[in-house]
Amino acid sequence: MKLFEIRDLLKCEVLAGEDDLDVDVTHVVASDGMSEVLAFAKSKELMITGLTNIQSIRTADIAGVSAVLYCRGKRPDKKVIEFARQKKIPVLMTQMVMFDICAVLHSWGLTGVS
Amino acid sequence: MPAELLRETFEIQGRNFDKAGEVSGEIKVYLRDLGIDPASVRRVVIVAFEGEMNVVMYARKGALTLILTEEDIRLEIKDEGPGIPDIELALQEGYSTASDEMREMGFGFGMGLPNMKKNSDEFRIESEVGRGTSVFARVNLNSHV
Repeated sequence: MKLFEIRDLLKCEVLAGEDDLDVDVTHVVASDGMSEVLAFAKSKELMITGLTNIQSIRTADIAGVSAVLYCRGKRPDKKVIEFARQKKIPVLMTQMVMFDICAVLHSWGLTGVS
Repeated sequence: MPAELLRETFEIQGRNFDKAGEVSGEIKVYLRDLGIDPASVRRVVIVAFEGEMNVVMYARKGALTLILTEEDIRLEIKDEGPGIPDIELALQEGYSTASDEMREMGFGFGMGLPNMKKNSDEFRIESEVGRGTSVFARVNLNSHV
């Protein structure tokens, strides 16, 4: 599934990487624990989190995920978004809660990593 | 030990959550620019990042030394922190002594040290309560530089 399709499906606001949404995503890693993301991400996943500090983008960069999606309307501050732009990581935000996001994406064929 | 090609030490400031992870981010770019294979870079940087976060969360200060040899990448992370009383317990997934503040940062869920061990080909912790902790990790290179 393309990132722009996920954007439309989950009614996301795109905070960074507007021009880089043509990326295909097949797997998802969803957690507020950054070590969980680092433990399970194999690279190129969509990372879903409610943690909006700078560490979320550092973790995304180190784990090598394709994009970050912030759930339940949590908006990172400007320096976090700027850092994501520097690292060329697309950042999206939706009002949906993590459980619902995962349920919707799973119904569209995306799976978790373990 | 195989011949050292490069050795560099980075200072880590304890309690500075804004800068936490900067050293590991630098190391990632550095190793990538040297042409190290991406799988090895990923493993090294996960070890470095978790180690750096541990120093930031628990210690007053610390240092990370990156050593590149013809066969592997070695990391030595030494801190002036409280030390680990029971290393075996600290290495169990899920065991954590983190504060709420650390968990709010997205860390301290008992995965850090296990993640470091999992991504290393050799992993060793030496710790003295009240003095500090030293972590040694070695990651074999999949291909030579």
